[in-house]
Amino acid sequence: MDYSQFGTMLPELIVLGIFLVVFFMDTFGGEGVKKILTPCTAILFLLATVAIWLAPSASEGIFGGMYVNDTACKAMKCILNIGVFLVLLQSFKWADSEEMSVRKGEYYELLFATLFGMYLMISARHFLLFIIGLESASLPIAAMIAFDKYRYESHEAGIKYILTAVFSSAVLMMGLSFVYAFSMGSLYFSDLALAVAQGEMSGLLAIALAFVMAGIGFKLSLVPFHLWTADVYQGAPTPVTSYLSVISKGSAAFAFFIIFTQCFGQVYSDAWEWMLYALIILTITVGNLFALRQKNMKRFMAFSSVSQAGYIMLGVIAANALGLASLMFYIIVYVVSNLGAFAVIQTIEDNTGKLNMDDYNGLHKTNPWLSVAMTLAMFSLAGIPPFAGFFSKILIFTSVCSTNSMALYMLVLIALINTVISLYYYLCVVKAMWISNEEPIIGEFKSTCVAKIGLGLCIIGIVFFGLVSPIYEWLVNSVELSMWQPLALLGL
Amino acid sequence: MDISILWYLVPSILLFACGVYGFITRKNMIAMLISLELMLNSADLNFVIFNRYLFPGSMEGMIFTLFAIAIAAAETAIAIALIINIYRAIGNTNVTDIKEMKF
Repeated sequence: MDYSQFGTMLPELIVLGIFLVVFFMDTFGGEGVKKILTPCTAILFLLATVAIWLAPSASEGIFGGMYVNDTACKAMKCILNIGVFLVLLQSFKWADSEEMSVRKGEYYELLFATLFGMYLMISARHFLLFIIGLESASLPIAAMIAFDKYRYESHEAGIKYILTAVFSSAVLMMGLSFVYAFSMGSLYFSDLALAVAQGEMSGLLAIALAFVMAGIGFKLSLVPFHLWTADVYQGAPTPVTSYLSVISKGSAAFAFFIIFTQCFGQVYSDAWEWMLYALIILTITVGNLFALRQKNMKRFMAFSSVSQAGYIMLGVIAANALGLASLMFYIIVYVVSNLGAFAVIQTIEDNTGKLNMDDYNGLHKTNPWLSVAMTLAMFSLAGIPPFAGFFSKILIFTSVCSTNSMALYMLVLIALINTVISLYYYLCVVKAMWISNEEPIIGEFKSTCVAKIGLGLCIIGIVFFGLVSPIYEWLVNSVELSMWQPLALLGL
Repeated sequence: MDISILWYLVPSILLFACGVYGFITRKNMIAMLISLELMLNSADLNFVIFNRYLFPGSMEGMIFTLFAIAIAAAETAIAIALIINIYRAIGNTNVTDIKEMKF
Protein backbone atom coordinates (compact mmCIF):
# COMPACT_ATOMS: atom_id res chain seq x y z
CA MET A 1 0.00 0.00 0.00
CA ASP A 2 1.17 3.45 -0.86
CA TYR A 3 1.23 5.43 2.36
CA SER A 4 2.14 8.67 0.60
CA GLN A 5 -1.55 8.95 -0.29
CA PHE A 6 -2.23 10.07 3.24
CA GLY A 7 -0.33 13.26 2.47
CA THR A 8 -3.33 14.39 0.44
CA MET A 9 -5.54 14.04 3.50
CA LEU A 10 -3.60 16.74 5.30
CA PRO A 11 -6.65 18.75 6.55
CA GLU A 12 -8.19 15.66 8.13
CA LEU A 13 -4.87 14.60 9.64
CA ILE A 14 -4.36 18.08 11.10
CA VAL A 15 -7.79 18.07 12.74
CA LEU A 16 -7.12 14.57 14.03
CA GLY A 17 -3.78 15.83 15.40
CA ILE A 18 -5.46 18.65 17.29
CA PHE A 19 -7.99 16.17 18.61
CA LEU A 20 -5.17 13.98 19.97
CA VAL A 21 -3.30 16.93 21.48
CA VAL A 22 -6.44 18.13 23.28
CA PHE A 23 -7.20 14.59 24.39
CA PHE A 24 -3.74 14.05 25.90
CA MET A 25 -3.66 17.48 27.50
CA ASP A 26 -7.08 16.84 29.01
CA THR A 27 -6.37 13.31 30.20
CA PHE A 28 -2.79 13.48 31.42
CA GLY A 29 -2.25 17.20 32.02
CA GLY A 30 -2.32 18.59 35.54
CA GLU A 31 -4.31 21.51 36.89
CA GLY A 32 -2.06 24.03 35.18
CA VAL A 33 -2.49 22.41 31.79
CA LYS A 34 -6.26 22.28 32.17
CA LYS A 35 -6.31 26.01 32.88
CA ILE A 36 -4.67 26.88 29.60
CA LEU A 37 -6.59 24.26 27.61
CA THR A 38 -9.14 26.72 26.22
CA PRO A 39 -6.74 29.34 24.81
CA CYS A 40 -4.35 26.60 23.67
CA THR A 41 -7.08 24.93 21.62
CA ALA A 42 -8.04 28.20 19.96
CA ILE A 43 -4.44 29.07 19.10
CA LEU A 44 -3.72 25.55 17.83
CA PHE A 45 -6.79 25.67 15.69
CA LEU A 46 -5.84 29.06 14.28
CA LEU A 47 -2.44 27.62 13.29
CA ALA A 48 -4.18 24.60 11.80
CA THR A 49 -6.41 26.86 9.73
CA VAL A 50 -3.36 28.64 8.32
CA ALA A 51 -1.72 25.27 7.62
CA ILE A 52 -4.80 23.95 5.82
CA TRP A 53 -4.94 27.19 3.86
CA LEU A 54 -1.31 26.87 2.78
CA ALA A 55 -1.36 23.14 2.14
CA PRO A 56 -1.49 22.27 -1.56
CA SER A 57 -4.68 20.84 -2.91
CA ALA A 58 -4.39 17.62 -4.85
CA SER A 59 -5.46 17.39 -8.44
CA GLU A 60 -6.24 13.69 -8.15
CA GLY A 61 -8.35 11.53 -5.92
CA ILE A 62 -6.75 9.02 -3.58
CA PHE A 63 -7.77 5.55 -2.37
CA GLY A 64 -9.04 4.74 -5.83
CA GLY A 65 -10.91 8.03 -6.07
CA MET A 66 -12.84 7.62 -2.81
CA TYR A 67 -11.41 10.82 -1.43
CA VAL A 68 -10.52 14.04 -3.24
CA ASN A 69 -9.13 17.24 -1.84
CA ASP A 70 -9.41 19.58 -4.80
CA THR A 71 -9.44 23.37 -4.68
CA ALA A 72 -13.18 23.65 -4.07
CA CYS A 73 -13.05 21.18 -1.16
CA LYS A 74 -10.07 23.01 0.28
CA ALA A 75 -11.84 26.38 0.01
CA MET A 76 -14.90 24.92 1.72
CA LYS A 77 -12.76 23.52 4.54
CA CYS A 78 -11.15 26.93 5.03
CA ILE A 79 -14.61 28.52 5.26
CA LEU A 80 -15.67 25.97 7.87
CA ASN A 81 -12.45 26.59 9.77
CA ILE A 82 -13.16 30.32 9.98
CA GLY A 83 -16.54 29.46 11.46
CA VAL A 84 -15.15 26.94 13.93
CA PHE A 85 -12.50 29.43 15.07
CA LEU A 86 -15.21 32.02 15.77
CA VAL A 87 -17.23 29.41 17.67
CA LEU A 88 -14.14 28.54 19.74
CA LEU A 89 -13.70 32.22 20.63
CA GLN A 90 -17.37 32.44 21.60
CA SER A 91 -17.27 29.41 23.84
CA PHE A 92 -14.37 30.69 25.99
CA LYS A 93 -16.46 31.92 28.87
CA TRP A 94 -18.85 28.98 28.82
CA ALA A 95 -16.01 26.45 28.64
CA ASP A 96 -14.14 28.11 31.49
CA SER A 97 -17.17 28.23 33.77
CA GLU A 98 -17.19 26.37 37.08
CA GLU A 99 -19.62 23.69 35.95
CA MET A 100 -17.60 22.90 32.83
CA SER A 101 -14.19 22.76 34.51
CA VAL A 102 -13.78 18.98 34.36
CA ARG A 103 -15.57 18.49 31.06
CA LYS A 104 -14.32 21.19 28.75
CA GLY A 105 -11.74 18.87 27.20
CA GLU A 106 -14.52 16.53 26.13
CA TYR A 107 -16.37 19.41 24.55
CA TYR A 108 -13.38 20.23 22.34
CA GLU A 109 -12.77 16.58 21.52
CA LEU A 110 -16.35 16.09 20.38
CA LEU A 111 -16.18 19.31 18.41
CA PHE A 112 -13.08 18.23 16.51
CA ALA A 113 -14.52 14.75 15.93
CA THR A 114 -17.54 16.29 14.25
CA LEU A 115 -15.34 18.64 12.24
CA PHE A 116 -13.38 15.61 11.05
CA GLY A 117 -16.63 14.00 9.94
CA MET A 118 -17.67 17.11 8.07
CA TYR A 119 -14.32 17.23 6.25
CA LEU A 120 -14.91 13.64 5.15
CA MET A 121 -18.43 14.52 4.01
CA ILE A 122 -17.05 17.32 1.86
CA SER A 123 -14.22 15.29 0.37
CA ALA A 124 -15.99 11.97 -0.04
CA ARG A 125 -16.54 10.72 -3.56
CA HIS A 126 -17.88 7.34 -2.51
CA PHE A 127 -21.10 6.78 -0.61
CA LEU A 128 -19.51 4.59 2.06
CA LEU A 129 -17.04 7.31 3.00
CA PHE A 130 -19.83 9.85 2.81
CA ILE A 131 -22.02 7.89 5.25
CA ILE A 132 -19.12 7.49 7.67
CA GLY A 133 -18.45 11.22 7.47
CA LEU A 134 -22.11 12.09 7.91
CA GLU A 135 -22.50 9.87 10.95
CA SER A 136 -19.30 10.95 12.63
CA ALA A 137 -20.45 14.51 12.02
CA SER A 138 -23.91 14.05 13.46
CA LEU A 139 -23.51 11.58 16.34
CA PRO A 140 -21.06 13.53 18.54
CA ILE A 141 -23.25 16.59 18.06
CA ALA A 142 -25.99 14.79 20.02
CA ALA A 143 -23.60 14.48 22.95
CA MET A 144 -22.63 18.14 22.57
CA ILE A 145 -26.28 19.21 22.61
CA ALA A 146 -26.91 17.32 25.84
CA PHE A 147 -23.76 18.80 27.38
CA ASP A 148 -25.39 21.03 30.01
CA LYS A 149 -25.81 18.23 32.50
CA TYR A 150 -27.86 20.19 35.01
CA ARG A 151 -30.29 21.83 32.60
CA TYR A 152 -33.33 19.79 31.61
CA GLU A 153 -33.83 21.47 28.22
CA SER A 154 -30.41 20.30 27.13
CA HIS A 155 -31.36 16.63 27.63
CA GLU A 156 -34.67 17.12 25.91
CA ALA A 157 -32.97 18.71 22.91
CA GLY A 158 -30.39 15.91 22.84
CA ILE A 159 -32.96 13.11 22.74
CA LYS A 160 -35.03 14.90 20.12
CA TYR A 161 -31.94 15.37 18.00
CA ILE A 162 -30.65 11.81 18.22
CA LEU A 163 -34.01 10.18 17.47
CA THR A 164 -34.65 12.35 14.42
CA ALA A 165 -31.02 12.02 13.30
CA VAL A 166 -31.15 8.23 13.39
CA PHE A 167 -34.51 8.26 11.64
CA SER A 168 -33.14 10.42 8.86
CA SER A 169 -29.99 8.38 8.47
CA ALA A 170 -32.11 5.23 8.22
CA VAL A 171 -34.12 6.89 5.46
CA LEU A 172 -30.89 7.98 3.78
CA MET A 173 -29.45 4.45 3.89
CA MET A 174 -32.67 3.03 2.49
CA GLY A 175 -32.40 5.53 -0.36
CA LEU A 176 -28.77 4.59 -0.91
CA SER A 177 -29.68 0.92 -1.11
CA PHE A 178 -32.00 1.74 -4.01
CA VAL A 179 -29.29 3.88 -5.56
CA TYR A 180 -27.00 0.86 -5.21
CA ALA A 181 -29.50 -1.31 -7.06
CA PHE A 182 -29.28 1.19 -9.86
CA SER A 183 -25.54 1.59 -9.88
CA MET A 184 -24.01 -1.43 -11.66
CA GLY A 185 -22.54 -2.48 -8.34
CA SER A 186 -20.38 0.47 -7.47
CA LEU A 187 -21.00 3.31 -5.07
CA TYR A 188 -18.36 5.67 -6.48
CA PHE A 189 -19.90 8.99 -7.45
CA SER A 190 -18.31 8.85 -10.90
CA ASP A 191 -19.47 5.28 -11.65
CA LEU A 192 -22.91 6.17 -10.41
CA ALA A 193 -23.04 9.19 -12.73
CA LEU A 194 -22.23 6.90 -15.65
CA ALA A 195 -24.87 4.37 -14.58
CA VAL A 196 -27.46 7.09 -14.24
CA ALA A 197 -26.53 8.50 -17.64
CA GLN A 198 -26.84 5.11 -19.34
CA GLY A 199 -29.92 3.91 -17.49
CA GLU A 200 -33.51 4.86 -18.03
CA MET A 201 -35.27 7.30 -15.76
CA SER A 202 -37.46 5.11 -13.58
CA GLY A 203 -39.69 5.23 -10.55
CA LEU A 204 -37.05 3.42 -8.55
CA LEU A 205 -34.54 6.17 -9.17
CA ALA A 206 -37.07 8.86 -8.27
CA ILE A 207 -37.84 7.13 -4.96
CA ALA A 208 -34.15 6.68 -4.25
CA LEU A 209 -33.53 10.37 -4.94
CA ALA A 210 -36.40 11.45 -2.71
CA PHE A 211 -35.03 9.31 0.14
CA VAL A 212 -31.50 10.64 -0.26
CA MET A 213 -32.78 14.20 -0.44
CA ALA A 214 -34.80 13.68 2.73
CA GLY A 215 -31.80 12.23 4.53
CA ILE A 216 -29.46 15.09 3.73
CA GLY A 217 -32.29 17.62 3.93
CA PHE A 218 -32.61 16.70 7.57
CA LYS A 219 -29.05 17.88 8.22
CA LEU A 220 -29.84 21.13 6.44
CA SER A 221 -33.27 21.43 8.12
CA LEU A 222 -35.17 21.89 4.88
CA VAL A 223 -38.81 22.27 5.62
CA PRO A 224 -40.65 19.00 5.88
CA PHE A 225 -37.61 17.76 7.82
CA HIS A 226 -37.06 20.84 9.98
CA LEU A 227 -39.18 19.98 13.00
CA TRP A 228 -36.20 19.22 15.24
CA THR A 229 -34.47 22.51 14.53
CA ALA A 230 -36.23 24.95 16.84
CA ASP A 231 -36.30 22.65 19.87
CA VAL A 232 -32.71 21.57 19.48
CA TYR A 233 -31.43 25.11 18.93
CA GLN A 234 -33.28 26.33 22.00
CA GLY A 235 -32.23 23.54 24.30
CA ALA A 236 -28.58 23.21 23.30
CA PRO A 237 -25.88 25.28 24.99
CA THR A 238 -25.47 28.49 22.96
CA PRO A 239 -21.96 27.73 21.55
CA VAL A 240 -23.23 24.36 20.36
CA THR A 241 -26.26 26.05 18.79
CA SER A 242 -24.06 28.42 16.83
CA TYR A 243 -21.85 25.51 15.77
CA LEU A 244 -24.89 23.54 14.65
CA SER A 245 -26.42 26.43 12.76
CA VAL A 246 -23.46 27.35 10.58
CA ILE A 247 -20.81 24.64 10.43
CA SER A 248 -23.04 21.59 10.23
CA LYS A 249 -25.35 23.32 7.78
CA GLY A 250 -22.53 24.63 5.59
CA SER A 251 -20.83 21.26 5.17
CA ALA A 252 -24.13 19.51 4.47
CA ALA A 253 -25.00 22.11 1.80
CA PHE A 254 -21.69 21.55 0.03
CA ALA A 255 -22.09 17.76 0.16
CA PHE A 256 -25.65 18.09 -1.09
CA PHE A 257 -24.42 20.07 -4.09
CA ILE A 258 -21.67 17.59 -4.94
CA ILE A 259 -23.88 14.53 -4.62
CA PHE A 260 -26.78 15.87 -6.60
CA THR A 261 -24.84 17.48 -9.42
CA GLN A 262 -22.12 14.88 -9.71
CA CYS A 263 -24.12 11.68 -9.34
CA PHE A 264 -27.56 12.69 -10.48
CA GLY A 265 -26.81 15.63 -12.76
CA GLN A 266 -28.12 13.65 -15.69
CA VAL A 267 -31.64 13.43 -14.28
CA TYR A 268 -31.67 17.04 -13.11
CA SER A 269 -34.78 18.14 -14.94
CA ASP A 270 -36.40 14.68 -14.88
CA ALA A 271 -36.26 14.02 -11.21
CA TRP A 272 -34.83 16.31 -8.67
CA GLU A 273 -35.25 19.84 -9.96
CA TRP A 274 -38.94 19.81 -9.07
CA MET A 275 -38.45 18.13 -5.71
CA LEU A 276 -35.86 20.71 -4.78
CA TYR A 277 -38.02 23.50 -6.22
CA ALA A 278 -40.89 22.59 -3.89
CA LEU A 279 -38.54 22.12 -0.94
CA ILE A 280 -36.97 25.56 -1.45
CA ILE A 281 -40.30 27.37 -1.63
CA LEU A 282 -41.56 25.55 1.46
CA THR A 283 -38.31 26.08 3.35
CA ILE A 284 -38.05 29.79 2.75
CA THR A 285 -41.73 30.51 3.35
CA VAL A 286 -42.41 28.29 6.34
CA GLY A 287 -39.15 29.29 7.99
CA ASN A 288 -40.05 32.95 7.63
CA LEU A 289 -43.63 32.59 8.81
CA PHE A 290 -42.62 30.67 11.92
CA ALA A 291 -39.82 33.10 12.71
CA LEU A 292 -42.36 35.91 12.88
CA ARG A 293 -43.94 34.63 16.07
CA GLN A 294 -40.84 33.63 18.05
CA LYS A 295 -39.94 35.42 21.26
CA ASN A 296 -36.97 33.35 22.39
CA MET A 297 -33.87 34.55 20.55
CA LYS A 298 -32.45 31.06 19.99
CA ARG A 299 -35.74 29.78 18.59
CA PHE A 300 -35.91 32.89 16.47
CA MET A 301 -32.43 32.23 15.08
CA ALA A 302 -33.46 28.61 14.47
CA PHE A 303 -36.30 29.57 12.15
CA SER A 304 -34.20 32.27 10.58
CA SER A 305 -31.59 29.61 9.80
CA VAL A 306 -34.28 27.35 8.33
CA SER A 307 -35.20 30.08 5.90
CA GLN A 308 -31.53 30.83 5.17
CA ALA A 309 -31.06 27.15 4.30
CA GLY A 310 -33.65 27.67 1.57
CA TYR A 311 -31.54 30.49 0.13
CA ILE A 312 -28.44 28.30 0.27
CA MET A 313 -30.29 25.62 -1.68
CA LEU A 314 -30.85 28.13 -4.50
CA GLY A 315 -27.20 27.55 -5.35
CA VAL A 316 -27.88 23.82 -5.71
CA ILE A 317 -30.88 24.25 -7.96
CA ALA A 318 -28.75 26.43 -10.25
CA ALA A 319 -26.47 23.36 -10.61
CA ASN A 320 -23.59 25.09 -12.40
CA ALA A 321 -20.14 26.35 -11.49
CA LEU A 322 -21.47 29.80 -10.60
CA GLY A 323 -24.02 28.08 -8.38
CA LEU A 324 -21.29 26.32 -6.39
CA ALA A 325 -19.25 29.52 -6.08
CA SER A 326 -22.26 31.55 -4.93
CA LEU A 327 -23.28 28.79 -2.53
CA MET A 328 -19.84 28.95 -0.95
CA PHE A 329 -19.94 32.74 -0.82
CA TYR A 330 -23.39 32.60 0.75
CA ILE A 331 -22.09 30.19 3.38
CA ILE A 332 -19.07 32.33 4.27
CA VAL A 333 -21.29 35.41 4.67
CA TYR A 334 -23.86 33.36 6.59
CA VAL A 335 -21.07 32.14 8.88
CA VAL A 336 -19.99 35.64 9.90
CA SER A 337 -23.50 37.12 10.13
CA ASN A 338 -25.04 34.26 12.06
CA LEU A 339 -22.06 33.88 14.36
CA GLY A 340 -22.13 37.65 14.94
CA ALA A 341 -25.73 37.38 16.08
CA PHE A 342 -24.98 34.34 18.21
CA ALA A 343 -21.94 36.05 19.75
CA VAL A 344 -24.21 38.84 21.02
CA ILE A 345 -26.81 36.36 22.25
CA GLN A 346 -24.06 34.38 23.97
CA THR A 347 -22.53 37.45 25.62
CA ILE A 348 -25.87 38.62 26.97
CA GLU A 349 -26.72 35.11 28.17
CA ASP A 350 -23.32 34.73 29.88
CA ASN A 351 -23.71 38.00 31.74
CA THR A 352 -27.41 38.20 32.52
CA GLY A 353 -28.93 34.82 31.61
CA LYS A 354 -31.60 36.50 29.47
CA LEU A 355 -32.68 35.10 26.12
CA ASN A 356 -35.97 36.71 25.15
CA MET A 357 -36.42 39.37 22.54
CA ASP A 358 -38.27 41.59 25.04
CA ASP A 359 -35.22 41.53 27.30
CA TYR A 360 -33.31 43.37 24.59
CA ASN A 361 -35.52 46.46 24.94
CA GLY A 362 -33.44 49.60 25.24
CA LEU A 363 -30.15 47.72 24.97
CA HIS A 364 -28.51 50.66 23.18
CA LYS A 365 -28.59 52.75 26.35
CA THR A 366 -26.51 50.36 28.37
CA ASN A 367 -24.53 48.33 25.82
CA PRO A 368 -24.26 50.39 22.62
CA TRP A 369 -21.54 48.26 21.02
CA LEU A 370 -23.44 45.01 21.42
CA SER A 371 -26.46 46.71 19.89
CA VAL A 372 -24.42 47.89 16.93
CA ALA A 373 -23.01 44.41 16.37
CA MET A 374 -26.45 42.78 16.58
CA THR A 375 -27.89 45.40 14.22
CA LEU A 376 -25.17 44.78 11.65
CA ALA A 377 -25.68 41.01 11.88
CA MET A 378 -29.45 41.41 11.43
CA PHE A 379 -28.98 43.78 8.47
CA SER A 380 -26.60 41.32 6.87
CA LEU A 381 -28.95 38.35 7.39
CA ALA A 382 -31.83 40.36 5.94
CA GLY A 383 -29.71 41.48 2.99
CA ILE A 384 -29.61 45.25 3.39
CA PRO A 385 -27.22 46.80 0.81
CA PRO A 386 -23.88 47.86 2.13
CA PHE A 387 -23.39 44.68 4.12
CA ALA A 388 -22.18 41.27 2.97
CA GLY A 389 -25.60 39.61 3.11
CA PHE A 390 -26.79 41.78 0.25
CA PHE A 391 -23.98 40.70 -2.05
CA SER A 392 -24.37 37.04 -1.20
CA LYS A 393 -28.08 37.20 -2.01
CA ILE A 394 -27.38 39.00 -5.30
CA LEU A 395 -24.79 36.42 -6.28
CA ILE A 396 -27.00 33.45 -5.50
CA PHE A 397 -29.98 34.98 -7.34
CA THR A 398 -27.70 35.70 -10.31
CA SER A 399 -26.56 32.10 -10.41
CA VAL A 400 -30.17 30.89 -10.48
CA CYS A 401 -31.08 33.40 -13.20
CA SER A 402 -28.08 32.32 -15.28
CA THR A 403 -29.91 29.07 -16.08
CA ASN A 404 -32.41 31.06 -18.18
CA SER A 405 -35.37 28.99 -17.10
CA MET A 406 -38.75 30.66 -16.59
CA ALA A 407 -39.63 28.44 -13.63
CA LEU A 408 -36.43 29.40 -11.87
CA TYR A 409 -37.12 33.10 -12.46
CA MET A 410 -40.39 32.55 -10.58
CA LEU A 411 -38.43 30.88 -7.80
CA VAL A 412 -36.20 33.94 -7.51
CA LEU A 413 -39.30 36.13 -7.36
CA ILE A 414 -40.72 34.05 -4.50
CA ALA A 415 -37.39 34.24 -2.71
CA LEU A 416 -37.35 38.00 -3.15
CA ILE A 417 -40.84 38.38 -1.69
CA ASN A 418 -39.72 36.27 1.24
CA THR A 419 -36.70 38.51 1.74
CA VAL A 420 -39.14 41.35 2.42
CA ILE A 421 -41.02 39.24 4.96
CA SER A 422 -37.76 38.32 6.64
CA LEU A 423 -36.85 42.01 6.84
CA TYR A 424 -39.80 42.47 9.21
CA TYR A 425 -38.68 40.01 11.84
CA TYR A 426 -35.01 40.88 11.63
CA LEU A 427 -35.92 44.53 12.15
CA CYS A 428 -38.10 43.56 15.14
CA VAL A 429 -34.88 42.76 16.99
CA VAL A 430 -33.34 46.05 15.89
CA LYS A 431 -36.45 47.90 16.99
CA ALA A 432 -36.36 46.26 20.41
CA MET A 433 -32.76 47.38 20.88
CA TRP A 434 -32.94 50.93 19.55
CA ILE A 435 -36.56 52.16 19.81
CA SER A 436 -38.39 50.33 22.61
CA ASN A 437 -37.49 51.76 25.97
CA GLU A 438 -39.64 49.65 28.27
CA GLU A 439 -38.20 48.64 31.61
CA PRO A 440 -36.44 46.53 32.68
CA ILE A 441 -33.38 47.30 30.62
CA ILE A 442 -30.42 44.93 30.82
CA GLY A 443 -27.77 46.53 33.00
CA GLU A 444 -24.40 47.64 31.76
CA PHE A 445 -21.71 44.95 31.71
CA LYS A 446 -18.23 44.47 30.34
CA SER A 447 -17.73 41.52 28.07
CA THR A 448 -14.48 39.61 28.10
CA CYS A 449 -11.59 40.47 25.82
CA VAL A 450 -11.95 37.24 23.82
CA ALA A 451 -15.66 37.82 23.23
CA LYS A 452 -14.78 41.28 21.94
CA ILE A 453 -12.22 39.85 19.52
CA GLY A 454 -14.72 37.29 18.24
CA LEU A 455 -17.41 39.90 17.79
CA GLY A 456 -14.95 42.27 16.13
CA LEU A 457 -13.94 39.61 13.60
CA CYS A 458 -17.59 38.96 12.79
CA ILE A 459 -18.24 42.67 12.26
CA ILE A 460 -15.19 43.01 10.02
CA GLY A 461 -16.51 40.06 8.00
CA ILE A 462 -20.02 41.50 7.76
CA VAL A 463 -18.81 44.89 6.60
CA PHE A 464 -15.98 43.90 4.26
CA PHE A 465 -16.72 40.44 2.79
CA GLY A 466 -19.11 41.90 0.26
CA LEU A 467 -16.75 44.66 -0.80
CA VAL A 468 -13.49 42.75 -1.10
CA SER A 469 -13.22 41.32 -4.58
CA PRO A 470 -10.38 38.81 -3.87
CA ILE A 471 -12.90 36.66 -2.03
CA TYR A 472 -15.06 36.33 -5.12
CA GLU A 473 -12.02 35.64 -7.26
CA TRP A 474 -10.75 33.06 -4.80
CA LEU A 475 -14.06 31.19 -4.76
CA VAL A 476 -14.68 31.34 -8.51
CA ASN A 477 -11.10 30.26 -9.21
CA SER A 478 -11.21 27.41 -6.74
CA VAL A 479 -14.46 26.14 -8.23
CA GLU A 480 -13.14 26.37 -11.78
CA LEU A 481 -9.85 24.69 -10.92
CA SER A 482 -11.53 21.92 -8.99
CA MET A 483 -12.17 18.43 -10.24
CA TRP A 484 -15.86 19.01 -9.94
CA GLN A 485 -17.02 18.35 -13.46
CA PRO A 486 -19.76 20.59 -14.75
CA LEU A 487 -22.80 19.04 -16.31
CA ALA A 488 -21.10 19.28 -19.71
CA LEU A 489 -19.39 15.99 -18.92
CA LEU A 490 -22.73 14.30 -18.76
CA GLY A 491 -23.91 15.77 -22.02
CA LEU A 492 -26.00 18.59 -20.61
CA MET B 1 -38.76 -23.83 -6.01
CA ASP B 2 -36.85 -20.93 -7.43
CA ILE B 3 -36.49 -18.13 -4.93
CA SER B 4 -36.39 -14.81 -6.70
CA ILE B 5 -35.22 -11.45 -5.42
CA LEU B 6 -38.77 -10.46 -4.50
CA TRP B 7 -38.90 -13.08 -1.75
CA TYR B 8 -36.28 -11.05 0.04
CA LEU B 9 -37.20 -7.53 -1.03
CA VAL B 10 -40.79 -7.62 0.14
CA PRO B 11 -39.96 -8.60 3.74
CA SER B 12 -37.27 -5.95 3.77
CA ILE B 13 -39.71 -3.23 2.70
CA LEU B 14 -42.24 -4.54 5.24
CA LEU B 15 -39.56 -4.31 7.91
CA PHE B 16 -38.95 -0.69 6.95
CA ALA B 17 -42.67 0.09 7.05
CA CYS B 18 -42.97 -1.56 10.49
CA GLY B 19 -40.09 0.59 11.68
CA VAL B 20 -41.67 3.81 10.47
CA TYR B 21 -45.03 2.82 11.94
CA GLY B 22 -43.48 1.92 15.27
CA PHE B 23 -41.44 5.11 15.41
CA ILE B 24 -44.54 7.21 14.91
CA THR B 25 -46.95 5.35 17.17
CA ARG B 26 -44.85 4.13 20.09
CA LYS B 27 -44.73 6.24 23.25
CA ASN B 28 -41.78 4.58 24.95
CA MET B 29 -38.43 5.88 23.76
CA ILE B 30 -36.78 2.46 23.95
CA ALA B 31 -39.51 1.09 21.69
CA MET B 32 -38.91 3.98 19.31
CA LEU B 33 -35.24 3.09 19.28
CA ILE B 34 -36.09 -0.53 18.46
CA SER B 35 -38.22 0.70 15.56
CA LEU B 36 -35.28 2.75 14.32
CA GLU B 37 -33.14 -0.38 14.43
CA LEU B 38 -35.71 -2.16 12.29
CA MET B 39 -35.44 0.61 9.71
CA LEU B 40 -31.65 0.50 9.68
CA ASN B 41 -31.69 -3.29 9.42
CA SER B 42 -34.04 -3.22 6.48
CA ALA B 43 -31.64 -0.88 4.68
CA ASP B 44 -28.78 -3.29 5.44
CA LEU B 45 -30.86 -6.21 4.24
CA ASN B 46 -31.56 -4.35 1.01
CA PHE B 47 -27.86 -3.81 0.41
CA VAL B 48 -27.10 -7.48 0.92
CA ILE B 49 -29.96 -8.61 -1.31
CA PHE B 50 -29.02 -6.30 -4.14
CA ASN B 51 -25.40 -7.35 -3.89
CA ARG B 52 -26.23 -11.04 -3.89
CA TYR B 53 -28.74 -10.98 -6.71
CA LEU B 54 -27.74 -8.11 -8.98
CA PHE B 55 -23.96 -7.84 -8.61
CA PRO B 56 -22.72 -11.24 -7.39
CA GLY B 57 -19.21 -10.48 -8.66
CA SER B 58 -18.49 -7.60 -6.27
CA MET B 59 -18.62 -7.14 -2.52
CA GLU B 60 -19.45 -3.47 -2.23
CA GLY B 61 -22.92 -3.90 -0.70
CA MET B 62 -21.68 -6.40 1.89
CA ILE B 63 -18.89 -4.11 2.98
CA PHE B 64 -21.32 -1.21 3.20
CA THR B 65 -23.57 -3.34 5.40
CA LEU B 66 -20.73 -4.13 7.78
CA PHE B 67 -20.01 -0.44 8.22
CA ALA B 68 -23.72 0.39 8.52
CA ILE B 69 -24.10 -2.14 11.35
CA ALA B 70 -21.21 -0.56 13.23
CA ILE B 71 -22.69 2.89 12.73
CA ALA B 72 -26.10 1.68 13.92
CA ALA B 73 -24.46 0.32 17.07
CA ALA B 74 -22.84 3.70 17.74
CA GLU B 75 -26.16 5.46 17.23
CA THR B 76 -27.90 3.13 19.65
CA ALA B 77 -25.21 3.63 22.28
CA ILE B 78 -25.58 7.40 22.21
CA ALA B 79 -29.37 7.26 22.10
CA ILE B 80 -29.47 4.90 25.11
CA ALA B 81 -27.15 7.21 27.05
CA LEU B 82 -29.43 10.17 26.34
CA ILE B 83 -32.53 8.15 27.28
CA ILE B 84 -30.90 7.32 30.62
CA ASN B 85 -30.29 11.05 31.12
CA ILE B 86 -33.96 11.76 30.45
CA TYR B 87 -34.97 8.93 32.80
CA ARG B 88 -32.92 10.48 35.59
CA ALA B 89 -34.49 13.87 34.92
CA ILE B 90 -38.19 12.99 34.70
CA GLY B 91 -38.44 9.44 36.06
CA ASN B 92 -39.78 7.70 32.96
CA THR B 93 -39.01 7.25 29.28
CA ASN B 94 -42.34 8.36 27.92
CA VAL B 95 -41.94 10.47 24.82
CA THR B 96 -45.14 12.39 25.54
CA ASP B 97 -43.57 13.67 28.75
CA ILE B 98 -40.73 15.54 27.10
CA LYS B 99 -42.69 18.58 26.09
CA GLU B 100 -40.97 21.50 27.76
CA MET B 101 -40.11 23.11 24.43
CA LYS B 102 -42.64 23.28 21.64
CA PHE B 103 -43.86 25.49 18.81
